[in-house]
Amino acid sequence: MAEKIVIVKDLKKHFLTSRGTVKAVDGISFSIKEAETLGLVGESGSGKSTVAYTVMGMYRPTAGQILFRGKDISKEARKRPKSLKKQIQIVFQDPGSSLNPRRSIKQILELPLKVHGLLTKKSGTQQVERLLEMVELPLDYMYKYTEAIGGGEKQMVAIARALATDPSFVVLDEPTSALDVSVQAKIIKLLLQLQRELHLTYLFITHDLSLMRNVATRVAIMYLGKICEVASAAEFFQNPVHPYTRMLLSSIPVVSEAEEALKPKKILSRGEIPSPVDIPPGCSFHMRCPEKRDNCSREDPEMVTVGEGHTVRCHLESQNADSHVRSIRIPTGGI
Amino acid sequence: MMSEPLLTIKNLHVGFDIYGGHLKVLDGVNFTAGKGEKVGLVGETGCGKTTTMKAVMRILPIPPARVRDGEIGYKGKDLLRVNLKRTRGVKGKGISMIFQDPTAALNPVFTVGRQLMDVVKYSTGDDRSGDKIRDRAISALKDVAMPDPERILSNYPIQLSGGMRQRICIAMALVTGSELLIADEPTTSLDVTIQDQVLRLLGNLVEEKGNSTVLITHSLGIVREWTDRVYVMYAGNMVEASPTKELFSKPLHPYTQGLMKAVPKLTGEGIAEGVTGRIPNYLTPPPGCRFHPRCPHVIPICEQERPPFFDVGDAHQVACYLYKE
Repeated sequence: MAEKIVIVKDLKKHFLTSRGTVKAVDGISFSIKEAETLGLVGESGSGKSTVAYTVMGMYRPTAGQILFRGKDISKEARKRPKSLKKQIQIVFQDPGSSLNPRRSIKQILELPLKVHGLLTKKSGTQQVERLLEMVELPLDYMYKYTEAIGGGEKQMVAIARALATDPSFVVLDEPTSALDVSVQAKIIKLLLQLQRELHLTYLFITHDLSLMRNVATRVAIMYLGKICEVASAAEFFQNPVHPYTRMLLSSIPVVSEAEEALKPKKILSRGEIPSPVDIPPGCSFHMRCPEKRDNCSREDPEMVTVGEGHTVRCHLESQNADSHVRSIRIPTGGI
Repeated sequence: MMSEPLLTIKNLHVGFDIYGGHLKVLDGVNFTAGKGEKVGLVGETGCGKTTTMKAVMRILPIPPARVRDGEIGYKGKDLLRVNLKRTRGVKGKGISMIFQDPTAALNPVFTVGRQLMDVVKYSTGDDRSGDKIRDRAISALKDVAMPDPERILSNYPIQLSGGMRQRICIAMALVTGSELLIADEPTTSLDVTIQDQVLRLLGNLVEEKGNSTVLITHSLGIVREWTDRVYVMYAGNMVEASPTKELFSKPLHPYTQGLMKAVPKLTGEGIAEGVTGRIPNYLTPPPGCRFHPRCPHVIPICEQERPPFFDVGDAHQVACYLYKE
């Protein structure tokens, strides 16, 4: 079994604002195994990017722990050792704003090498060439500026920059959501190929479940700062359990009958995601949930296991799980 | 198959004069929307979908935009040749548009009520008493399933969520009693669950009121679930037009086929790189079929002549020489 290289335990990130405390991330736990892709899915405001930024060290966690290869990294990036930072890199959503328009691509790609003391004077150009080859861009691009290249190509440069320090773990924060599908296809193909070649581990953040199905090994769904369901990608789409997951799945516009068959039919989307300043009591989803019970508005459900590697945070399942346990216990007691 | 046409665009050429040349964006666009029909216009960023519909609305910035040729027939009039002052009638009573970003479409310094009531006044053109206008605005908000419409009227756009703002824009577009509704990526800025709600609402409303709708989108999934007929657009040309069901069971144009392959699917068969290369530069677009430099099935004629629409039966048309005869 592959080593768990990232372990997040009960991570919280709260922001103090004039309107109150925004609980952007409110007690989430997950782990990522070596060379797998964990997909983190959620709507806007669910806190998925905050998770990414906290793992990266751009925010200091309010509470909880982040372990990377056994080392505690629950602190800001400037307090982390450089050798560790080299291992963890990020690709942002919008390459238009994450790349400096006043630097040539060569300068952009050299910067991480310089920072980590990896740049050799003699072979600097070759190092940049190697990075461009890795992302399948023509070598003469190194003398171009970002305004001269397309959105997809800019994202390729951003990927090359992230890979410059030879990291083992890469956070991909909606890397293709600003791009067209034909460009997205190219980038995803490249990312999966690089993952195989370089043995990379990905935390892939997106709001696009169809995309997730095709890139992730395991999927975690976030809603209002909490994870509500985790499962392997195949299991997730065949056997979605949480009402929110089913609502998400039923909302996706699809292009074929085969996909239509996978969508839960009975559950229709309703309501809106509440403000994270004013999170409803109990289960935060209860106001939109079509299967709401009495205790949903009072008690926050616990994560329960419903299958191999499949966990759900929902009262319906915790009841089922209890009755399941009971139904096993009774015959055992009888014997 | 198709009902009586309401909007007919013929051979529309629109370009933009920029420093250093003329961008030939729309290159002979043909398009028809029938009465009561839901038509999809799908294509990737920069293919000219919005430019086409802005030409219909007469809201292209001229200059730099320049309409070089073509006609836009709507109810017996050529919209390109009507007096701009009289297009007030076209906009107010005939055609209305919903934009991609509801936050930018609404004025942040006026209340929703003020803006909505202005639209009611403007479109009916009579100075009915304030109460009647207010009632009309409230019923428009009720139509879009807005909770507590009285309160919403006195709210500013910033006090509402993105989904609610877009529903206000839909209410504004429909309150005019327009026969043709142009929705330009109305759900692109919304979350998937809210998108589902807004599209269902919009679908029910236009069916109830019998509007014709043109839905501009880059999402093939939305087109499949929402429209009766589809136009696929690539680099300023319509490349395929077909009833929606037919298009998804039998995509014919190499570009449409590539696009379908590139869409990530829930069945998880992986993502194929459907279309290689990148969209052409509009300053010097490729001669002949504008798709030929990226096309896997290119034949000599593609590089010389622009393919017209070829009929392939069942109201399905393809602009590709592979389907000649």
